Amino acid sequence: MSAAATPAGVSPLKAPVLAAPLLEARGLSVRYGKVTALDELELEAASGQVLALLGPNGAGKTTFVRTVATLVRPTAGQLLVRGRDVVRDAAGVRREIGLAGQFAAVEPTMTGRENLEMTARLFGHGRVAARQAADAVIGRLSLGEVADRRTATYSGGQRRRLDLGASLVGGPRLLLLDEPTTGLDPAGRREVWDAVRSLAADGTDVLLTTHYLDEADELADQVVVIDHGRVIASGTLGELKASVGRDVIEVAVADSAAVTAVAGILERVTLSVPRLESGDRHVSVPARGGAAELGAVIGCLEDAGIAVDEIGLRRPTLDEVFLTLTSEDDNDDKPATVGTTTNRSQR
Amino acid sequence: MTATQLASPVTVRRPARSPGLAGASVQVAVRALRKYIRTPGLIIMGIVQSALFLFCFRYVFGGAIHAGAQSYVDFLVPAYVATIVLFTGGGIAVAVAEDKEQGFTDRLLSLPVSRYSLVLGRTIADSTTNVWSILSTAAFGFAFGFRLQGTWQDALAALGLCVVYAIVFTVVFIVMGLFAPSAQAAQGMALIAFIFAFLSSAYVPATSMPGWLQPFSKYQPITPMVDAVRSLLTGSSGYVGLALVWSAALIVAFTPIAVLRYRRA
Repeated sequence: MSAAATPAGVSPLKAPVLAAPLLEARGLSVRYGKVTALDELELEAASGQVLALLGPNGAGKTTFVRTVATLVRPTAGQLLVRGRDVVRDAAGVRREIGLAGQFAAVEPTMTGRENLEMTARLFGHGRVAARQAADAVIGRLSLGEVADRRTATYSGGQRRRLDLGASLVGGPRLLLLDEPTTGLDPAGRREVWDAVRSLAADGTDVLLTTHYLDEADELADQVVVIDHGRVIASGTLGELKASVGRDVIEVAVADSAAVTAVAGILERVTLSVPRLESGDRHVSVPARGGAAELGAVIGCLEDAGIAVDEIGLRRPTLDEVFLTLTSEDDNDDKPATVGTTTNRSQR
Repeated sequence: MTATQLASPVTVRRPARSPGLAGASVQVAVRALRKYIRTPGLIIMGIVQSALFLFCFRYVFGGAIHAGAQSYVDFLVPAYVATIVLFTGGGIAVAVAEDKEQGFTDRLLSLPVSRYSLVLGRTIADSTTNVWSILSTAAFGFAFGFRLQGTWQDALAALGLCVVYAIVFTVVFIVMGLFAPSAQAAQGMALIAFIFAFLSSAYVPATSMPGWLQPFSKYQPITPMVDAVRSLLTGSSGYVGLALVWSAALIVAFTPIAVLRYRRA
């Protein structure tokens, strides 16, 4: 149904909405038949930031974004977007948001400009205003050179940027980006990142999902990690990595036959269970003792006469952060508030 | 953040109000029509396909089918034109399923537009393209030997009825596209409508079917729809009322399904 006309300015009655958090989820559950996509998810996020939703495939990231976008109705619980309820005021929420989903939803047989003008009209702009909005977006996303070409001829990065632009022509307060760079080459990812950064710098709130740690690193102010439909950690990325509390020693052996011996040494030194990485020559293990343990491991390897291609100490990867967080989650139902937890290692 | 919350955060202004039903429907329709017109392969294939099927019926099967007093070409062509939507409608279901698969429907649903505009816009666009296939198929009918027996007013009335059917079946195919799990599945589902055309009086007299099949043929909607067009062309109006009742019933049944399905897509 069409939204009741809301003035673009702020009427006194709507004033409390401005003070409301960007997102507020209370006991938010979404179930598809027997599958639980979101499980009593709790989340509160303030305005004025880029919020990244991280999680493995199937964690519920996309479902959460689709619920914010009013495409999925909560089975239970409540979700407010800038103070508006996604069920009772879905039309109001739609006026606040711009969605760029996992696929670039642009019409290939239309030019970039036509796509933008069409979307602007569908946001409610008149003909002239739609043209102006399209021009503004073309300028700000540097699409001028390709704007009058059919989008079928665009590169992946250009198409994504146009899709991003289409979500902007209605002047949204909150931009929803579901895996905005999946499937793009490095240059394309850069293009999209630059566009998102510039929008965020101008004050558009952004909620994005990703499984790339570097993407969150590049763009996000705050990170929320979800798994099995629940928030298992939130904070800045640095807080998140620190919360895992230990660096990782990784060893690549020259001869795969030596892997078992190396794993034994790693376990003896660190007292943790080593993990066989992809391939059969890499072993890694969390190292609470950091560089001292690395030294000990090198000594043991030399004593044992094992030839090593590579050995080093590194920060945990997102995978390892997940593993740690999800195994903690099994013991503790409450979401861990990263940054205030105690298991931060001293270094 | 206070400053940016008060000002529009991007250089783009927020529209004062959501688009109306008519405005949004037109945008949805224009996009679907542009896609059709700018994909010449679709148009040409549609014409070639409908001409080839008509050719086969007329010259291959036609010789073996006895249509009573009428010549087969005069029996076939009105019905073929009336049911052409059932041949071309697979494209509608596929387009709807593709929009769903490729995120276009999500984009539309995230916008402050009425859910009815999605169905209405799509119906306007696809009915328009169907009028085109009706006209081109009718032209092939004349080329293959069909001749009007009644007045041109009768012919116009028959044409009008075909357009009504085009609208009706567009909505039916939209529903199929919405329920299809993929574009390929949509193509398959569209065959169901195709079967209804074959199990009607469109291409053979219903009386030539085995007795157990005749009741189905007689009471399903395609038969009165086809018979109404035939009767209009001979200056009478038999079955027209029944055909319009079926048309209204199908529209009334399928439109809400489409809208509800879009809502929860």
